[in-house]
Amino acid sequence: MAPQQRKPHVCRNPDLIRGVGKYSRSKMYHKRGLWAIKAKNGGAFPKHEKKAVAAAPAEKPPKFYPADDVKKPLVNKRKARLTKLRASITPGTVLIILAGRFKGKRVVFLKQLTSGLLLVTGPFKINGVPLRRVNQSYVIATSTKVDISGVNVEKFDDKYFGKQVEKKKKKGEGEFFEAEKEEKNTLPQDKKDDQKSVDAALVKSIEAVPDLKSYLGARFSLKAGMKPHELVF
Amino acid sequence: MPFKRYVEIGRVGLVNYGKDYGKLVVIVDVIDQNRALVDAPDMVRSQLNFKRLTLTDIKIDIKRVPNKKTLVAALEAADVKNKWESSSWGRKLIVQKKRASLNDFDRFKIMLAKIKEAGVVRQELAKLKKETTA
Repeated sequence: MAPQQRKPHVCRNPDLIRGVGKYSRSKMYHKRGLWAIKAKNGGAFPKHEKKAVAAAPAEKPPKFYPADDVKKPLVNKRKARLTKLRASITPGTVLIILAGRFKGKRVVFLKQLTSGLLLVTGPFKINGVPLRRVNQSYVIATSTKVDISGVNVEKFDDKYFGKQVEKKKKKGEGEFFEAEKEEKNTLPQDKKDDQKSVDAALVKSIEAVPDLKSYLGARFSLKAGMKPHELVF
Repeated sequence: MPFKRYVEIGRVGLVNYGKDYGKLVVIVDVIDQNRALVDAPDMVRSQLNFKRLTLTDIKIDIKRVPNKKTLVAALEAADVKNKWESSSWGRKLIVQKKRASLNDFDRFKIMLAKIKEAGVVRQELAKLKKETTA
């Protein structure tokens, strides 16, 4: 049965001032209808029996007592929340990356992942930045937006970017090292295809805006006379 | 050497300090040696120290302390807004405001435009140089 919407019930005993109700205990007894409940039950207040508590199995005294009292850690019921995304960062915003290999690159924001990191892409063809995760703190959000409606980013999550688990190999020398190196260098083909599919729709909407392509291809830098605190991004 | 811009009723001034920074106001009365009563279409009539005011060349024809309606009508009649925006001082302020509000993308586009312009100028210069040396 669906819960009915009711008006919130007005308090039966309004406060005259904080801590002092309008009605006395006897008046409240009458107002609450406890006399009617008693009458219905034949003069006494209805009781129900306590549920039978299952007898706890007899515990054996422990064989081993630790030498020192170990302190129990305090209870922590905090839940992690998804990192708050700055209001200036919306899907399609052009971001400037401030640190790391791609510092200064202008990049398109796709979505925020469950870990709180931002999923961005160059696009790769334009500035060499692949589908990558970036932290919000290392990013300046510009007010330039790109139309991102043709892009499907459902399949990307943090697991996609995790380190590939290496198969355990038996120890061997010589050949082992060479073989390992060859495998690590190449990106798996399906990741390259993902990059291409995401970029295809993006590049179309980028080329629709004049100069936006060369804008994304250029790096940002501070020149003489630019005051970051006065610049409007 | 003599003064050209006088504090008088109807003198238009630019506020250079305070809450109304950058606004054009009209002096509608002089309170004492240091303060004037100023008014503008978008603000409440209030007193302003002369130190917070910079006088402009524009003067309008009003009586002492006019109504808001009369003031607005007088401003329209004298066409203060257009005179200001076409004056070199007014134009400079507009450009400053525009530059301050530029986006990162706008700055990039301006850079491209400047480079293009300089390229055209340099080409013409090279042509002229060739002609004179040839």
